[in-house]
Amino acid sequence: MVALVGNPNTGKSTLFNALTGLRQRVGNYPGVTVARKSGSCDLGNGTKVELVDLPGLYSLAATSPDEQVVTDALSGNISGERQPDAVILVADATNLLRNLFLASQLAELGLPVALVLNQADVAKEQGLRIDTGLLSDRLGGIPVVMASAWKGEGVIDVRRAIAQTLERKKLLPRVVWPEKILAALEDVTAAILKDTGRKITSAEAQRLIFDSNSALAERLQWKPEQRDPVIRQAREKVRQSGYNPLAAEPLVHYARLRKALEGVVKEGAARASRSAAVDRLLLHRFLGPVLFAGIMLGFFASVFWLAKFPMEWIQSGVDWTKTVVAPPLDAYPMLQSLLADGIIGGVGAFLVFLPQILILFLFIGILEDSGYMARAAFIMDRLFSWCGLNGKSFVPLLSGFACAIPSLLSTRTIEDPKARLATAFVVPFMSCSARFPIYALMCAAFIGPVYGPGWQSVVMVGMHCVGLFFAVPTAFVLTRLVLKVKPQPFVLELPRYQMPKPRDVLWRMWQNAAEFVSKAGTVIFAITIIVWALSYFPRDASVAERIKAANPTAAEEVVKAKVQAAYVEQSYMGSFGKAVQPVFDPLGFDWKITVGVLASFPAREVIVSTLGVTYSVGEGAKADSQHLRKAMKDAKWSEGPRAGTPIFSLAAVLSLMVFFALCSQCGPTVATLAQETGGWKWAAGSFVYMTALAWVAATAVYQVVIRIS
Amino acid sequence: MTPLSQLLPGQFGKLASLNPERGVDQRLMALGLLPGMVLKLVRKAPLGDPLAIEFGGQVVSLRLSEAESLIVDVAADCPIQRPQATS
Repeated sequence: MVALVGNPNTGKSTLFNALTGLRQRVGNYPGVTVARKSGSCDLGNGTKVELVDLPGLYSLAATSPDEQVVTDALSGNISGERQPDAVILVADATNLLRNLFLASQLAELGLPVALVLNQADVAKEQGLRIDTGLLSDRLGGIPVVMASAWKGEGVIDVRRAIAQTLERKKLLPRVVWPEKILAALEDVTAAILKDTGRKITSAEAQRLIFDSNSALAERLQWKPEQRDPVIRQAREKVRQSGYNPLAAEPLVHYARLRKALEGVVKEGAARASRSAAVDRLLLHRFLGPVLFAGIMLGFFASVFWLAKFPMEWIQSGVDWTKTVVAPPLDAYPMLQSLLADGIIGGVGAFLVFLPQILILFLFIGILEDSGYMARAAFIMDRLFSWCGLNGKSFVPLLSGFACAIPSLLSTRTIEDPKARLATAFVVPFMSCSARFPIYALMCAAFIGPVYGPGWQSVVMVGMHCVGLFFAVPTAFVLTRLVLKVKPQPFVLELPRYQMPKPRDVLWRMWQNAAEFVSKAGTVIFAITIIVWALSYFPRDASVAERIKAANPTAAEEVVKAKVQAAYVEQSYMGSFGKAVQPVFDPLGFDWKITVGVLASFPAREVIVSTLGVTYSVGEGAKADSQHLRKAMKDAKWSEGPRAGTPIFSLAAVLSLMVFFALCSQCGPTVATLAQETGGWKWAAGSFVYMTALAWVAATAVYQVVIRIS
Repeated sequence: MTPLSQLLPGQFGKLASLNPERGVDQRLMALGLLPGMVLKLVRKAPLGDPLAIEFGGQVVSLRLSEAESLIVDVAADCPIQRPQATS
């Protein structure tokens, strides 16, 4: 196995795609939400080797899970993973010094290394000439090749270099540490062996001494009371050598690298930087934000509107399949309903998200690969930093207004794991498009006709802000009090602008969609089947006969709607709804609304058609259905202190909308949250928190408004 | 000697000292920002924070609060190394 390592923005993934030709497998590292991408790489000499694309990083001093995976993978500390036989270091040819810092750290691991100087075309454009032979000599004779993965140039040389590395196993020369530092490293290694029985490498000992807060310390299970004095003494020893222990590593490595690079890079005539010119426009004080708003608006509109058509096609495809599959099964109503509403409906329930996911990742791919994503974060960071998020939270939160599923997947672009978690936790508060039908139904039926179109628009806009209003304090409390994180450093490279490579963008888009279908898709399917069963059973034939007998003269459709309403009323879901109605009584919900609310937990947009069923106007009800509006307006409380008053009073209408704005009524969101946070803990927390918050807020609205009006 | 956060856009400075205890400074050191390095405050974000600084042929963004521990010597009249490096 060969590992591909390198700084971010070096074109490493492009090179990986070029080397493996998309014969890739994507999985996850055990216990963390870091994707493991591997593929088979042809070495050009008839042999093949497994190539693993490790996450990009600047230093082996791990602060994030992504970086920790790299250090663990390179030292063979991941269960079920072999230590790589060789490492391919991908470096940006235009900034060798910084890229080779990682090489100095790799040298300490004692693995054979080949160096790929990627983006050779850009270096040439900048007038840089690199003497690869001289560089190879300075680096202990390891293979050094130039490549331009974007253009597909030099890829064959990279294949040859991998073969050569596996054959000759040349190592990078290790730095000669000052004597005191060597002694400190030996002290730490000996102390760990004594305290825990583990033998660690010099590279690992370096992490413990050089990093102010090493993630390695936790993993070694070395008790802090034993660890701290040893580390303190070791750092004191380093200090005696004249180095600040926390600065020693970069000082020593960079000093040596400067010498190693002398005469290697020849600079030609300097050219004006194109990226700087673009930045003068895109990051301009006034024009920058305007262009940013334009780009993001276009991006949001595309996710929202462009996805509408394929979503409608999928929906009509699902409906068409039902009409084809259902009729032959007329004799078996249970099987018919299971197939049509359960299975086909369940597949449709996650397929319908695919257009938005694909379009969102198409845009994210373009934004990231072009270099604009870092600029977007730069522009927006100020607005998010105070509540523990960062500039990269913007895109997921914005796309949350279309749909939480793709935007949860897009939180992967946030490097800081705490900010990523907090962003994912508040994304479901954004008013997604599935909340629109219930707002539209309520506003059109009860707000507009009574208070006029002006108030109708105010309420519509207001409902879209309710979630945002709660999301910001939630993020603040979560990051400051629950996760207890100090504001994380936001050191972000603003990389060179580059033309995105269509193959890379499309490939990443496809990988994200495939992962969603295989993971969250199965959960969504299961939830749909369960809810179908709960609202279908028990199904006693006598119910239908009784209704038919009681309405001998009514039209067939009316009878059908009444039969359906009666079945739902006596189903498990209906009985449960009636039983728990007292819980929703303070919110002003009768049992019919309660059943609608319960049935909407897997997918909130179901509420309109469920109200259609419980109010006996048939399951095809839409937000603009006049029958449904009339049935709801006519509905009155039949018993209790409110008997005779309308159920859908202003208080109940507002309460219902606030409940839907805040409640965690989306199975796919919960499933995706579990997938992205690496377990059910945060998903369950989000479900309980949002649902409780919705109940409290809706109760408050109902109780206040009913007293005022 | 002034904190980096007080530099004006377009101004150059030579890094005099930083605080290796801070996680931010550790990351910047890994990127090659070490004492003696010449840097340029390229610009501030439209809302005044964060900053974009250029050193060693790369542009890096960091927050105002993170730039406070970086002390620079603005008196040093020094052209930045390889200004063309970020084309």
